[in-house]
Amino acid sequence: MGIEFRGVTKKYPDGTVAVDDLSLTVEDGTITVLVGPSGCGKTTSLRMINRMIEPTAGTVLLDGQDIRESDPAVLRRGIGYVIQHAGLFPHRTVLGNVATVPLLSGWDRRKARQRAAELLETVGLPAELGRRYPAQLSGGQQQRVGVARALAADAPVLLMDEPFSAVDPVVRQGLQDELLRLQARLGKTIVFVTHDIDEAIRLGDKVAVLRVGGRLAQYGTPADVLRHPVDDFVAGFVGKDRGYRGLSFLSAEGVRVEDVPTIRVGSAPDVVEPHWRLAVNDEGEPRGWLPPDSTVDGELAESDLVAGGSLYRQGDPIRGALDAALSSPAGLGVVVDEGGKAIGVVTAHQVLDVIEGHPEGVGGA
Amino acid sequence: MTFLDELSRFLGSENVRAQILANLLDHCYLALLPLVFGAVLAIAAGWLGRGRRRVRGVLFVLSNLLYTIPSLALFMVIPGIIGTKFTSSANVVVGLTVYTTALLVRPVLDALDAVPPHVVASATALGYRPARRFFAVELPLAVPVLAAGVRVASVSNISLVSVGALIGTGGLGVLFTDGFQRVYFAPIVVGIVLTLLLALVVDLLLVALRRSLTPWDRAAPGKAEVSAA
Repeated sequence: MGIEFRGVTKKYPDGTVAVDDLSLTVEDGTITVLVGPSGCGKTTSLRMINRMIEPTAGTVLLDGQDIRESDPAVLRRGIGYVIQHAGLFPHRTVLGNVATVPLLSGWDRRKARQRAAELLETVGLPAELGRRYPAQLSGGQQQRVGVARALAADAPVLLMDEPFSAVDPVVRQGLQDELLRLQARLGKTIVFVTHDIDEAIRLGDKVAVLRVGGRLAQYGTPADVLRHPVDDFVAGFVGKDRGYRGLSFLSAEGVRVEDVPTIRVGSAPDVVEPHWRLAVNDEGEPRGWLPPDSTVDGELAESDLVAGGSLYRQGDPIRGALDAALSSPAGLGVVVDEGGKAIGVVTAHQVLDVIEGHPEGVGGA
Repeated sequence: MTFLDELSRFLGSENVRAQILANLLDHCYLALLPLVFGAVLAIAAGWLGRGRRRVRGVLFVLSNLLYTIPSLALFMVIPGIIGTKFTSSANVVVGLTVYTTALLVRPVLDALDAVPPHVVASATALGYRPARRFFAVELPLAVPVLAAGVRVASVSNISLVSVGALIGTGGLGVLFTDGFQRVYFAPIVVGIVLTLLLALVVDLLLVALRRSLTPWDRAAPGKAEVSAA
């Protein structure tokens, strides 16, 4: 279900212009990120889609239809909405929260709760959390419940207003991954607001950069915005280190993955070797590194190993390969396949060579 | 004759005991009916005044003024306003409803204004219409603060009902007027003890009611009240 802003302006009685003549088409089934500094009207724009805020001029169309023709409450039940801090109802259990919209839409109680339980699973929360109250959850869990609640009515459109900005960076990345995984399955039309350009690039099929005063500065694919910022404002906003950010668009193709000597956990190494060996389990999954010249008494145990950096999954953006190489005690980034099996290693040099082969961070996804 | 002898002789009469029980029941309904009416009116005032600074201000001034009217005077003026008989118990009910409302307006408004804006916004965004949102989201979240106000009002009502006896409306206050007229301490002591007990029992019931309405409040970490209650 596409969304179209046609010449939308929001001006407050005191003369502040929050959104200035915004025209923008959000394509069906994509994630469009509205990004910009505070005061750029991104949240105002978002809230004009579900009529939480009414525009002063212009029209917002949902699936080709002017939203002013719909009853606001009914319109909103058909649009999922997730906000910062999740905005959960403190007085309702997790299941009660998730079942909110189905109940508002007149489902019977049993069916609504059943649907809510399914959704907890969808967003990766254990079923027993359903009986808890929001105050008993971590920030990340609350945010997942917020997403589940927004998905409950199976709305084709999802509005997300800085949903992940109140959680710590590690949890945030998990939530972002989860959102992408969900989106691959559900194919919603998502409008996502953030002030974080990295998040915008990571999540967006399209990115709309807004400037203070509510003017659209640039609208395009993340690669487009990074590679060809239209002006100094956008260039400044996407950052000076855009070469590095551009890595996210490089595929791993071209990085030479090399063989690495491996050793199985549980086996008894009878030779001492002068180089790092990658320890793997019976499934071939990396467990850590055995340093050069190590001697092991009897069977190789996990406690004999040096924990090894991050893993690079084949096909992920190349930034992950660099991370893997730099964080590895052996200086070798472990490359794994889809199933998590170690297939070889890369060095930071090899990765950087590939990056230098694409001096502007160019190189399709 | 010791006081205890006097007391046991007073309570030894079946007629007296029946009379005291009747007084106690009168007292209950004269104190508690206004509590219910007052809470409903204060919630209605809260609905009007939440998020509106001007209306809020007017409501606060009005409730303070009403609460300063002396109770005896109020009970005597009410028949002139609503046309009841001078000794009608309705006068006490109406008078105490005024006090209860006046006492509860501020806590209700404070509690409603303390509901986090992002919770209200998300309720709106999920498709609640304003009236349903008020009863399903805002009011339940206001219960802890509202309950504290209702407890104060219940004690205040139970004590003020006694004043009604001066204009002949029944309740445990009758024991006081009786005792004073006859310079007889037994009824006065019985009246005081029963008033205190009634206040205590009602308070405990209100605490139980509040707890049953707010299981979520105990779920929040770091609530000292949880272990204390």
